Amino acid sequence: MSKSANSIQAFTATLPRNIFSGFVVSLIALPLGLGLAMASDAPPIAGIITAVIGGIMVSILGGSHVTITGPGNGLVGVLLVAFTTLGIQGAYAAIICSGLLLIILGFLRMGKLAEFFPSSAIQGMLAAIGLIILGKQFHIMLGNKLALESSIDYLIAIPSTIIGAFQYNDIQLTHAALAGVIALLIMIGYSKIRNKYLQLFPAPMWIVVFSIGMSYFYELVLKEDHPIADAYMIPKIPSASEIIATVPVPDFSMVNNWAFWGSVLSLTLIASIESLLSIKAVDQLDPQKRRSNVNRDLKALGLATIGSGLAGGLNVVTVIARSSVNVNNGGSNRSSNFAHAIFLVLFVWLFSSQLTRIPLPALMAILVYTGYKLASPKLLKKIGTVGKEQLIIFFITLLTTLLIDLITGIVAGVLITLIIHVIISKNALLFIQNLLKPNVLMFKEPNGNYYVSVKHFCSFLNFYKLKAQLDLIPETEDVVLDLSLAQFIDHTVFENLSNYQSIFKKRGGHFEIIGLDMHGSKSAHPYALRRLVPGVPFIKSNLTKRQKTLQEVATVFKMTYLPEKTEDGNFLTSFRFFRFKKIERVYNRIYNENKQFKLFDIHYCEGELVTKADVKTTMLHIKFNVELPEFTLDREGFLERIYAIAGFKDVPIKNHSDFSKRFYLLGEDTEAIQKLFNDHLVQFFESNPYYHIESDGKSLLVFRPNRTAGIKEIKKLIDFGKRLQQVVEQTI
Amino acid sequence: MNSQPFKNIAIGVAFSPNLKANLYEAARLSLLLKAKLHLIHIGDKTVEKVTQVNNCLASFVEHQLEFSLDFQTGKPEESIIKYVENKKIELIILGAVQKEDLLTYYLGSIARKIARAAACSVLLLIKPSIHRRGCAHIVVDGMESNNCKRCIYTAFILGNVLDSDRITIVEEIKKSELSIKVKDDKTLRKANLQREKLMRKENARVDRILESVDTAFTENITIEKRAIFGKRGYSIGHFAQICRADLLIINAPKKLSLLDRIFTNDIEHILTELPTDVLILK
Repeated sequence: MSKSANSIQAFTATLPRNIFSGFVVSLIALPLGLGLAMASDAPPIAGIITAVIGGIMVSILGGSHVTITGPGNGLVGVLLVAFTTLGIQGAYAAIICSGLLLIILGFLRMGKLAEFFPSSAIQGMLAAIGLIILGKQFHIMLGNKLALESSIDYLIAIPSTIIGAFQYNDIQLTHAALAGVIALLIMIGYSKIRNKYLQLFPAPMWIVVFSIGMSYFYELVLKEDHPIADAYMIPKIPSASEIIATVPVPDFSMVNNWAFWGSVLSLTLIASIESLLSIKAVDQLDPQKRRSNVNRDLKALGLATIGSGLAGGLNVVTVIARSSVNVNNGGSNRSSNFAHAIFLVLFVWLFSSQLTRIPLPALMAILVYTGYKLASPKLLKKIGTVGKEQLIIFFITLLTTLLIDLITGIVAGVLITLIIHVIISKNALLFIQNLLKPNVLMFKEPNGNYYVSVKHFCSFLNFYKLKAQLDLIPETEDVVLDLSLAQFIDHTVFENLSNYQSIFKKRGGHFEIIGLDMHGSKSAHPYALRRLVPGVPFIKSNLTKRQKTLQEVATVFKMTYLPEKTEDGNFLTSFRFFRFKKIERVYNRIYNENKQFKLFDIHYCEGELVTKADVKTTMLHIKFNVELPEFTLDREGFLERIYAIAGFKDVPIKNHSDFSKRFYLLGEDTEAIQKLFNDHLVQFFESNPYYHIESDGKSLLVFRPNRTAGIKEIKKLIDFGKRLQQVVEQTI
Repeated sequence: MNSQPFKNIAIGVAFSPNLKANLYEAARLSLLLKAKLHLIHIGDKTVEKVTQVNNCLASFVEHQLEFSLDFQTGKPEESIIKYVENKKIELIILGAVQKEDLLTYYLGSIARKIARAAACSVLLLIKPSIHRRGCAHIVVDGMESNNCKRCIYTAFILGNVLDSDRITIVEEIKKSELSIKVKDDKTLRKANLQREKLMRKENARVDRILESVDTAFTENITIEKRAIFGKRGYSIGHFAQICRADLLIINAPKKLSLLDRIFTNDIEHILTELPTDVLILK
């Protein structure tokens, strides 16, 4: 069967599930769209228009697979400013302009834009947006419509609104507040109750169904008026023909206005960041582990935003919550996004009169809940464990965003991060001198591993360079990322790298970070920023991920693990390899009961002072109870000459000319060595991975003199060593 | 293959604490390459200075070292550059200075100017030493250019003279040749295929050059080829640092204009952070 026919068949096979998933998503998108639009001071239908146009256009033109597009919560704050300062028509003009900018960003391949912001600053910004939404809608939820100056004022007014809710004279307001509180309880309680029938519909839809049901109950059973004041009901939803007739004409007369372009920029910034972060997160959820084409998605979002702005909708962004619902319900390609748009059209067309039966406070409770989710105290705790400096970044961004505006907030976040980095590393020059240097090197090692080395520093400022290289590696490969030459690595980088690790793990690859054991950090969190501290004693309190895994490896092999360094390298000095080398420290030791089998990281130097070269590598030391001949086995032969001085000569092994050709086997006592290297041992070396092996008469030293080994390599080394031990013991 | 790549080697002599080490390195290399050593000093000629140099080099003269000592006046960099041109010097040796942290090296301003402007090849030594250090591993720039062949030949000649064990030829996958941009899984697959193809092409190109190298030069040396991804010119320095090479041989870029100094180009990067001893072939 041809490839295209195959894919068509696959598409039709998954279509029913995708349509169902689109249906479930539309159940959330409906109330959320109405609420987000109203929270932004736009007509409620604008939210639905956004979702419909976004769903249709992005599903056809986009480059991602399981994302859902529509009005985003992050944009509420910015849209609110746009609608209040520019007026409805001016705001639509701003939306259209931001759509254009998004397309340009897509063509400039700025899909990496989101990488340029420190993650704590982004968290702070999102939390601020959450507080803006929560602050404004909380009052409506409790039946107390307010008109205050700034978002801070709304937050401050929350206690008085709560107290006021118990003292309404108008029973209709009390009913409104009651509807809001019940809706909020549904939102909170929904995820806690595991019931198959309850989980059939998402929580927001239960609120819609419940409130419409109540409304009919009053009308048909009690034959009473609606219990909630009209001001607290959703305003009339226009019919399809009305929507077309009353499409707002965007007013571009304000293009010379600063405020206009301020709004356009904020809209573009937030829309792109929200979309990019969502796409990145959704890619991790995708069960088929596909990679999204972000730049293509940006273009599609921009085009959809223009279309939406022209039709009276808001900015179209990729939304994480709805996308994850999509994945959970079996959405597997873009048709579910398309279906969600079509279902929304159907809902509005068939039930537009029913929708006005939903009380506003109930709808706003949904928003209060999403706002709370963005700024929840749990998040604060999470950031706090990474490090105190991240909390500073978080709060400065949050407060600046709340007090001034979004753009200033994110700029302040970036600046404070920079300042904190300089203070922590105590080295401003490190950043200034090396910012523009191409600091990433990648090559494929002969065994097929990708080796990536980063120099100087790696932070949000230059992570895109590392990312550009990492993105070239298929996720099914093995990657070793060496950070030992980088003096400073920040939290943003670690967080992103851990995303890479999980993606590689999921797709069958392996992504390992090495060279961090010498870096200091103040907190125990794996993503805490780290800097290289020369001369400072070894850091014990905080184990790196590699060290923790070493601990696990040790337990698996029933051995002891000790991360502490020791300068006692005496057991190594008897080896010729160390005759001219100084052992600085031995650390990360793994050994068995009687210390016969010992694996360790070692840091040694060749030469002194000016000619000094530092080497860090991993070695295996096996002690034997019997005498061994002194020898060294090596493939490179780079030690041949040095050892020749010591009276070592090449030892030929009879009947194994191939072995003699491939390996350099050197030693003094030719006879004893020839006796040791019987057929069995020679075959063992020929059929196993190559290591440099040396004997000092009592024990064997096994290693590769290049760099610290990754966990996988360590396991291989242990396995090799165990079998070598057996074979040698058999021969003696 | 010309087994004598440099017939005239020059070194600027400043009567600093490093004098002896610098002279020893230069003299040793001149002997090994059977080249004439030209010493130049910017300053007045005094008997003391001459005897000091003569004393230093006495042991080498015993081994038939041919050398000359010239005294010149004027601005150091200009005089040295002119001297190099007049005497048809093929290689000038410059010493680097070690930074306070003892880990990184950099070139002094005069040395840097000479490295940029000199018409001949330049050898930058980061740690001149009186006693001979082995040069076990040479990393050589195998990137496609007119001079590539010469670069690799020189590496093998030096490798034999200096008793090296290993020569790594660094190839480069140029970003500009990777026409496929990675957008999603499909393009990633295609890009990887393209990259493999480019890698094979590069390997084949280097192999052709290697075939033309005399077997006498290659038999005692382990040859490795490594394709790296990164910024041209700069990454090779990074690579040399990672694999702890003892000597890095690179081609000089065609011409260094003022623009290159503002938008630092490859060689400028290497001049600011010397990974190891560097030989720049011109």
